[in-house]
Amino acid sequence: MPAIPLSLLWVVPALPLLGFVLNGTLALTRPGAKRAVSIVGVGTLVLAFAAAALAVIEFGGQHATAPLVFRYWDWIPAGELQVPFALQLDQLSAVMILIVTGVGALIHGFSVGYMHEDPGYARYFAYLNLFVFFMLVLVLGASFPVMFVGWEGVGLCSYLLIGFWFNEKINGDAGKKAFIVNRIGDFGFLVAMFLIFWRVGSLDFVTVFSKAPAVFAPAGALITAITLFLFLGCTGKSAQIPLYTWLPDAMQGPTPVSALIHAATMVTAGVYLVARCGVLFALSPTASATVAGVGALTALFAATIALKQWDIKRVLAYSTISQLGYMFVGVGTGAYAAGIFHLATHAFFKALLFLGSGSVIHAMHRAYHATHSHDDAQDMRNMGGLARYLPWTARLMWIATLAIAGIPPFAGFFSKDEILGAAFAEGTVRPAWYVFWAMGIGAALLTAFYMTRLMLYTFHGPNRTGEREREHLHEAPWSMTGPLVVLGALTVAGGALNVAPLFGGGAFLERWLDPVTAAASRLSPLVELPRATEWALVVGAVLVAGLGIMGAFRLLRPEELVPARAAAPESGLGRILWKKWYVDELYDAVLVRPITWVSREVLWKIVDVRIVDGFLVDGTAVVTRALGWIGSRLQTGEVGVYVVGFVVGVLAVLVAALK
Amino acid sequence: MYRDWVLTALIAWPTVAAAGVLLAPPRWAKHLALAASLIEFGLSVPLWWMFAPEGGVQFTLDAPWIQSWGIHYTVGVDGISLFMVLLTTFLVPLSVLGSYSYITTRERGFYSLLLVLTSGMIGVFVSLDLFLFYVMWELMLIPMYFIIGVWGGERRLYAAIKFFIYTFFGSLLMLAAILVLVHVVAQRTGVYSFAYSTLIAHVGGLGPLAFWLFGAFFLAFAIKVPMFPFHTWLPDAHVEAPTAGSVLLAGVLLKMGTYGFLRFALPLFPAVALHPGVQRIVVLLALIGIIYGGLVAMVQPDFKKLIAYSSVAHLGFVTLGIWALTLQSVQGALMVMINHGISTGALFFLVGMLYERRHSRLIEAFGGIARVVPMLAAVLTVVSLSSIGLPITNGFVGEFLVLVGVFRTYPLAALIATTGVIIAAMYMLPALQRVIYNPLDKPANEKLPDLSPRELAVLVPLIACILWIGVYPQPILRRIEPASRQLIQTVRLNAAAFTAAR
Repeated sequence: MPAIPLSLLWVVPALPLLGFVLNGTLALTRPGAKRAVSIVGVGTLVLAFAAAALAVIEFGGQHATAPLVFRYWDWIPAGELQVPFALQLDQLSAVMILIVTGVGALIHGFSVGYMHEDPGYARYFAYLNLFVFFMLVLVLGASFPVMFVGWEGVGLCSYLLIGFWFNEKINGDAGKKAFIVNRIGDFGFLVAMFLIFWRVGSLDFVTVFSKAPAVFAPAGALITAITLFLFLGCTGKSAQIPLYTWLPDAMQGPTPVSALIHAATMVTAGVYLVARCGVLFALSPTASATVAGVGALTALFAATIALKQWDIKRVLAYSTISQLGYMFVGVGTGAYAAGIFHLATHAFFKALLFLGSGSVIHAMHRAYHATHSHDDAQDMRNMGGLARYLPWTARLMWIATLAIAGIPPFAGFFSKDEILGAAFAEGTVRPAWYVFWAMGIGAALLTAFYMTRLMLYTFHGPNRTGEREREHLHEAPWSMTGPLVVLGALTVAGGALNVAPLFGGGAFLERWLDPVTAAASRLSPLVELPRATEWALVVGAVLVAGLGIMGAFRLLRPEELVPARAAAPESGLGRILWKKWYVDELYDAVLVRPITWVSREVLWKIVDVRIVDGFLVDGTAVVTRALGWIGSRLQTGEVGVYVVGFVVGVLAVLVAALK
Repeated sequence: MYRDWVLTALIAWPTVAAAGVLLAPPRWAKHLALAASLIEFGLSVPLWWMFAPEGGVQFTLDAPWIQSWGIHYTVGVDGISLFMVLLTTFLVPLSVLGSYSYITTRERGFYSLLLVLTSGMIGVFVSLDLFLFYVMWELMLIPMYFIIGVWGGERRLYAAIKFFIYTFFGSLLMLAAILVLVHVVAQRTGVYSFAYSTLIAHVGGLGPLAFWLFGAFFLAFAIKVPMFPFHTWLPDAHVEAPTAGSVLLAGVLLKMGTYGFLRFALPLFPAVALHPGVQRIVVLLALIGIIYGGLVAMVQPDFKKLIAYSSVAHLGFVTLGIWALTLQSVQGALMVMINHGISTGALFFLVGMLYERRHSRLIEAFGGIARVVPMLAAVLTVVSLSSIGLPITNGFVGEFLVLVGVFRTYPLAALIATTGVIIAAMYMLPALQRVIYNPLDKPANEKLPDLSPRELAVLVPLIACILWIGVYPQPILRRIEPASRQLIQTVRLNAAAFTAAR
């Protein structure tokens, strides 16, 4: 087979972009052409996956140790700032494009069935294609600004898809919240770029990372500031404390969107960014500790909230936040391969969980639709016993549950174990990591519990959907279950990607990523643990997971649940968890409402209308006196004072002239 | 030779055409005006290719005008004014086309004033004689006054007078400053001259006088920008002005303020402009513009007022970029000037189109209309995203360059200004949501017609520019880089020389 020139890399993102253009045109001109939309929407993704696979195979054969950078055009050239529109292929972006196009193609396929009755079908696929384009730009971009194109672009698509059913205000609100909260993170990304350019004089990854160890003093204030600002961006995009609050609301979007954007791909961008900038983070122990600490705290905190949510998708949303926390513990510890490994396995099992919940919601929705009921199709209290009606979905979701809980030999076990092991090992050098490890173990216990709770309430015990609705509950068509089966297989076998030497594996992913992570590892080497300790940790972690699962079986009584509309309100700690620790309320009271109030009542109505514009409502006299006073102060010799005098005087005259 | 006559033709042709519009039958007025403005645009297009980036001031023509006073008719463009000229000739035909159904009374008067305004706008940007500049500055003031005052909304007279008094006050100060400047320079050289090149060569060492002259120029331009706290004429003028008036006001007239900073205030009085006290105040006012403009925009119930306050914020970025005086920040400032013209122009067109359908500018009058007018909703979304500076739209390129550049000079100010990107999302997205998303709960909105071919013809060129500049701004950046570099060098050198001399 002749070698394919890798400079054709642009084809990978161009295909979904083409899909967006075609489907966008159809959406505006012939929204009813669903067959054409499906072919374009899914076809471009399948082709993109094929192209990505070819590129990665070709790249793998070259055994490159440095990224291959392809410059396509001069994007922003301004003096010493040269930002070409360039893509780069290295081992890390190779992993990412395979996940994005592969999982993306499966979810596009699932969407054909899920969204088929929706009048916005064409618009949906246009947005979804556009999302994949931006996500590919994000992971392939060869510089901070090009990555930022993808970074904000995926945020835009997230915004558009969360608010996809835009005629309901709650959906639009959720999309808007996602965009604005992410913009707070983007602020951090921007400031980090300014700082980097200021010191390094370039924004290309290759240049910045090669120069960084010489330019930045290790553990210096500057590198710490840069990495912390970058991490602020990550907390937005990857929903970590304090900016995670948008992700649960993002569940307002269609469920396949939650699977693709808000579980498998976009929300992992922050993890990717830290791994990509490993050299920078390795230079700042403070920032690495912050990354790992925030990750551990988020993992635990989000898991507590997941314990008391009734909406099946909200449980999964908090679970995603929690799992992202694990990934940050990994990359914050310097275990980049472990973090990316968990990113990959999480993409498989969480996409499976979301699509499975999509199947459930699809069935519930159809049942309620058939009887014109207005009950909540996503509330687990209205489910129960669904394993009888959706056997495939139930089985597949159980596999994913065992995977996320960390039961061997499923994928999640291997990746979570590596992260916790690395954290514990780091603890031997920096004791703070013992705390992070303990939080991770605590979160693992809760994860096993709340996931089992989700499964028990959804699929087992008596059915609570309703007498008349029950007969309408069916498994989804094969076009939807098919992608679930593929993801199920990946969930079972995905761990093989990186079996640790402890279990006799060759740690393929770790070796594959080595060219990318080597520089950072030299700056901040990982700590090795004795084999016995490693085994003890593994056994301990599995026991904890088992405890969580058993605990849920012992403590929960699905047969005692009542449907949502008859349920009594929560009380005590349960209520606090159900209310998500009141964080949204807190942000609203401390930030959102005060800013709006001050802007409207003070800045606009008083400062602008009364003071600046209506300065002289009380008559010229006041200003004349003020002018006289200013005049007496004029002779200070300080130019600044002169200017103020000038400005105020002119304003006074202006307004006087208007009266 | 095209090089010699083109700028003069660009100034003269619209006024000649205006006379034609006045004399023709009323029903021809808009078509004639469209043809005239398209010819004007066509005349200007070769500038794009014939302009030599490294060539300094080009397409010059110099002729004595009032010789006894040393007044010349001198015109020319460099990298700083080139795109202001092209932006003007690009926006005018769109404004004419966008007024086709909006303006229904006294059409001949409206379109001929629009054309005279065009002459004035081009004249401001190409004048290299300060007297000529002043004449052009006043020339564009008068048509705009009538456009707002005659074809405006309910409070049009108040808004028009306010606009006129603010601007006129500034320009009178500027006239006084020009006269003093010419007089002082004449005492040194022995020859009276209003020529920009002469003045800039002999303006050093004015002592305290330089401060007052700078102050006069600065104020005239700061009112025009407008900078906080001189901005309150803008919301009123925008709200009352007809669509074409708002588009040209925001798209071109506001740029005259920042153009004035670049062309006159900084190069003529660099020592004052770069005095730490002055710098501090200008940067502070620019920051207030960015933050305060954005926050006040956020709470506006009137869509046009929202855009007006957002202009205060955008132009704050421009002022900040100019004063930071790094290559990136000045190029960024010029980019924001171009981009703001395109994006805000498009926003005003869209609000005008909504107004024509519902006779309301209030955001709450709409809601859920994406279902009824998908095309309009899509365009409004793209334009809003460009306004908040999303990458691969034009808005990002300008703001990014400004902030990168400002960071080198004023890191703290850059940090504060960067929060402007958050605030931009906070005012634009809620407005977008309340107009095109949410329940379609007002019966009057259920039958709105989507964009007509004529409206598409107005919007498509703007959308094309939004994406083109966002993806491939390089041809523009390349053309403005040498002039920006030159400007920075001149200002820095002169400032250092003057400071040393003192």
